[in-house]
Amino acid sequence: MIEALENFLHAVLGMLADVLPIIAVLLFFQLLVLRRAMPNRRRVLVGFVYVLVGMTLFLDGLAEALFPLGRLMAEQLTAPEFIRGAAGNPAGPVAWQDYGWVYAFGAAIGFATTVAEPALIAVAIKAELVSGGTISTRGLRFAVAIGVAIGIALGTFRIVTGTPLHWYIMTGYLVAVVQTAFAPREIIPLAYDSGGVTTSTVTVPLVAALGLGLASTIPGRSPLIDGFGLIAFASLFPIMTVMGYAQLGALRAGKWRRRRRKD
Amino acid sequence: MGRFLREMLRSLGGSARDLTPIVLVVAFFELVVLRQPVPDLGGMLYGTALVLIGLALFVRGLEMALFPIGENIAQGFVRKGSLFWLLLFAFGLGFGTTVAEPALIAIADEAATIAAAGGVLEDTAVARSDYALGLRLTVALSVGFAIVLGVIRILKGWPIQYFIITGYLGVVLMTSFAPAEIVGIAYDSGGVTTSTVTVPLVTALGVGLASAIRGRNPMVDGFGLIAFASLTPMIFVMAYGMVA
Repeated sequence: MIEALENFLHAVLGMLADVLPIIAVLLFFQLLVLRRAMPNRRRVLVGFVYVLVGMTLFLDGLAEALFPLGRLMAEQLTAPEFIRGAAGNPAGPVAWQDYGWVYAFGAAIGFATTVAEPALIAVAIKAELVSGGTISTRGLRFAVAIGVAIGIALGTFRIVTGTPLHWYIMTGYLVAVVQTAFAPREIIPLAYDSGGVTTSTVTVPLVAALGLGLASTIPGRSPLIDGFGLIAFASLFPIMTVMGYAQLGALRAGKWRRRRRKD
Repeated sequence: MGRFLREMLRSLGGSARDLTPIVLVVAFFELVVLRQPVPDLGGMLYGTALVLIGLALFVRGLEMALFPIGENIAQGFVRKGSLFWLLLFAFGLGFGTTVAEPALIAIADEAATIAAAGGVLEDTAVARSDYALGLRLTVALSVGFAIVLGVIRILKGWPIQYFIITGYLGVVLMTSFAPAEIVGIAYDSGGVTTSTVTVPLVTALGVGLASAIRGRNPMVDGFGLIAFASLTPMIFVMAYGMVA
């Protein structure tokens, strides 16, 4: 018990060290440049402690429970014996179709980890507040999670087939640019932001394990070169799905308005 | 105290909903697809409980501390009216939050290993750590630059898409010149720069600025700082790969 507490305190201190530069920047400008007292100082301080302790518990828990199991599963799913077994051909060459469970796992774990991503929760809360509820926290997070799911599935497919990364990325951005021209104006900055926040504490370690597992078991792939790049997929596709989500919403609202006018 | 408990319970309920998909996915693949018993079930449950409480606390702290801090500072700068200090703050926030980011440190070390294996640099510990440090500073500089640019955009009310499109053209252009080993790392470094503590602060700063300046719409002008912060590192890292 004492030892667990000691470890925990140690972890909180480590977390504090990570955010120390942020605190330094904030304090410097707040106290020396703006010379303004923070309103509700006690509440803010308590909130900051919540953030630190919360992040520590969150990361500790992930390291304890989820990451080892997730990594193990990524290894098992990409192991040649499992792929051959699932495909029903114990000896023959492995085709890209045989990796069906890998794509499914990539999509499912991408979706699930994105829903739990704290940075995305923050942006979604803010978006709901600012938009006055037109964008719901839940809807935005689901749209982003679907984007990550598509991205990871396609990213694992890329590693399996060994096609060049930049083809996908360039095509993806082309689609995103075309969509930008048609999407409602309010959603565009948020859509591009969602691309950046999807991949942080929960998603990256699991997705990286999946990429490295795949790249090290498929002949001709280098874990160092092909293992990277999955995260880029995970940040590209949410841009499209979030704009798509807003476009669907606008479309539905438009239809509804037209119907009301007819009545 | 009663209020605290009620709010905490509500927070916990929300976190439980957020974590359900992960539990379901892991259980399905472990039990149905791989057909293996879950190893160390007790440890799993204990870890999941920690994650649950941690997430609930974080979300509470977000609303109590990180959002108000970002908004308060944004309002302070608008009232002060000094562009120089605002931009310096923007740079400091971007640089300071990125340079010590653990995910970035991990990626930089790995990138150094790749570069050494590829024969781009000498395979010694000193050369590798120099390379990794250089990469970290490059990314931190690029994020500082991104926040500065993003803040200027909010002040001026310029549409974001021109910046993003130009940025990605830059990425595409650099991709065709940069060494192949660095491309994957460059793309990934864009994703890891925006950490869990930075994102709420930066979002609150952007939305706060856009709400405090007359004629700006917080929805259209306030978001987008994070998009900048995940775009510029790609360009800067590829440039670093070509130079170093």
